[in-house]
Amino acid sequence: MFKKLNNIGDCGIVCDFGEEVNRETNSNVIKLFHHVREEVLKGSLNGILNYTPSYNKLIINFDLEKINSSQIIDFLKSVDFSKLNLSQNSKKWTIPVCYDFEMDLENMSKTLKMNKDEIINIHLNTNFFVYMVGFIPGHPFMGDLNSKLFLNRLKTPRVTIPAGSVGIVEKFCNIYPYKSPGGWNIIGRTPAKLFDKKNETSPCLLSPGDSVKFKSISKEEFEKLANE
Amino acid sequence: MSNYFFEVLRPGINTTFQDKGRFHMQHLGVTPGGCMDLDSFSIANALVGNPLNEGVLEFAYQGPLLKLIKGRAKIAITGSVIFQIIKSNKEVISGKDNRTYDLDEGDQIDILATQQSAYGYMALEGGFDIKPFCKSVSTLSRAEIGPNEGQKIKINNKINIRVNSKNKKNFSAKVPKKNKTKIRVLKGSQFDYFSKESQKDFLSKEYKISNLTDRMGMRLEGTVMKNIVNTNIRSEGITKGAIQVPADGQPIILLTDYPTIGGYPKIANVTSVDYNFLIQKTPGEKIFFELIQLREAEQLYKEHLNSISEIVKNIKEIN
Repeated sequence: MFKKLNNIGDCGIVCDFGEEVNRETNSNVIKLFHHVREEVLKGSLNGILNYTPSYNKLIINFDLEKINSSQIIDFLKSVDFSKLNLSQNSKKWTIPVCYDFEMDLENMSKTLKMNKDEIINIHLNTNFFVYMVGFIPGHPFMGDLNSKLFLNRLKTPRVTIPAGSVGIVEKFCNIYPYKSPGGWNIIGRTPAKLFDKKNETSPCLLSPGDSVKFKSISKEEFEKLANE
Repeated sequence: MSNYFFEVLRPGINTTFQDKGRFHMQHLGVTPGGCMDLDSFSIANALVGNPLNEGVLEFAYQGPLLKLIKGRAKIAITGSVIFQIIKSNKEVISGKDNRTYDLDEGDQIDILATQQSAYGYMALEGGFDIKPFCKSVSTLSRAEIGPNEGQKIKINNKINIRVNSKNKKNFSAKVPKKNKTKIRVLKGSQFDYFSKESQKDFLSKEYKISNLTDRMGMRLEGTVMKNIVNTNIRSEGITKGAIQVPADGQPIILLTDYPTIGGYPKIANVTSVDYNFLIQKTPGEKIFFELIQLREAEQLYKEHLNSISEIVKNIKEIN
């Protein structure tokens, strides 16, 4: 259940679920996100343009020509949270990753006082939960990593990181869908396409609320999958 | 597909296909995008008799030079734009915005510059023959999404058009030019993160639009905002027109191609009524912010939409 509802600008509403960032809070955000999305796709909430879940908030953007803040707030207040379901809309994924493409394991190993294989094993054995997707198309923010792997961002972000790079910061893991600048600690690379514009019905691989496990692959397997 | 088309002889600085935007995808990281100035966009389509969400060409500062290789076309240019039509017999017609023109085979349309504004639009009767992605023809070049492989228009590109215009009538719209420096805002989610003095400064001191301004954001230069709580927040969904303040204290207004989530505190949000006006401001211009309340912003936007409908209703045939 959200704690606060506020307008952001004259065509946005923020549903704030509180300051704590954990799976339980985020699951509630995502339940509401699924509900709003379904209502919009059914056509019962005309004028809503976007619904963006993040760790602890759901932001709803709307067309002020068709609907306004108070109508959306009335709708949100009428939602019965006990009836919302998370699992039916969430998928489970196994994503291949080749750790040979790491860029930071050496330094991480020193900082964390752990050998590379231990770091890789923790990553492989984590059941990740997709907290949110965004910033650029298809970019997932996943958690939670064991606190033993807690690391900050790189002091100086890299100018370019290849598409598919898998990075970690604090308790989170991400995958860069595009070649881009970035400051996360890179531990490997996936051949999976996070955003595929050729697949118009479902261009984005991961959605908020999905679960992810990584599977280690060799360089040869990487090349084979990348060329498929 | 028809075989009528333009050839791009000069692409201009930032010429892209755009419509109202691509919605229901922000949770996947896809920003809505669309035309920066939705008012000029609607008027352009109305002039050529298109549905108001038909895709148009948007250009910034210097526009494209296009040659109609095959077919006959009716176009309208909106915004505040200097352009000319070079007929195939070398006759040059100096163009006026907010009216339609007929182009015959071999004619060129030379969009020289936007005048004291950033964005202009060219609509085409019957529309451009372009392929939508997820129900929109808006181009998001940083993710390579949209028509033309998601890229800006390039030299020698072929721009296909749907119909060979038969309509001999031309139309014009009366669009009042606005010139003001005050941008009305609503309080942002983290307004209270800033010191009382900074709040006062924000709503009274002038801010200059910097060169670091594009479809994604507008960086401002002015009195530094002092954050007394935290210069980072948990990343959260973004709304068009949000004014965020990173650690350096200089505000950035997030524009149409905004990143879908962001982690900087937001001091304010630009009202819908002033957004289309704001984005036409160019680097070096100065603006002031004025705080208003939600109900007033909603009322002002309603009045604004009515004024655009009036402009569209009053489109007249040119005799």
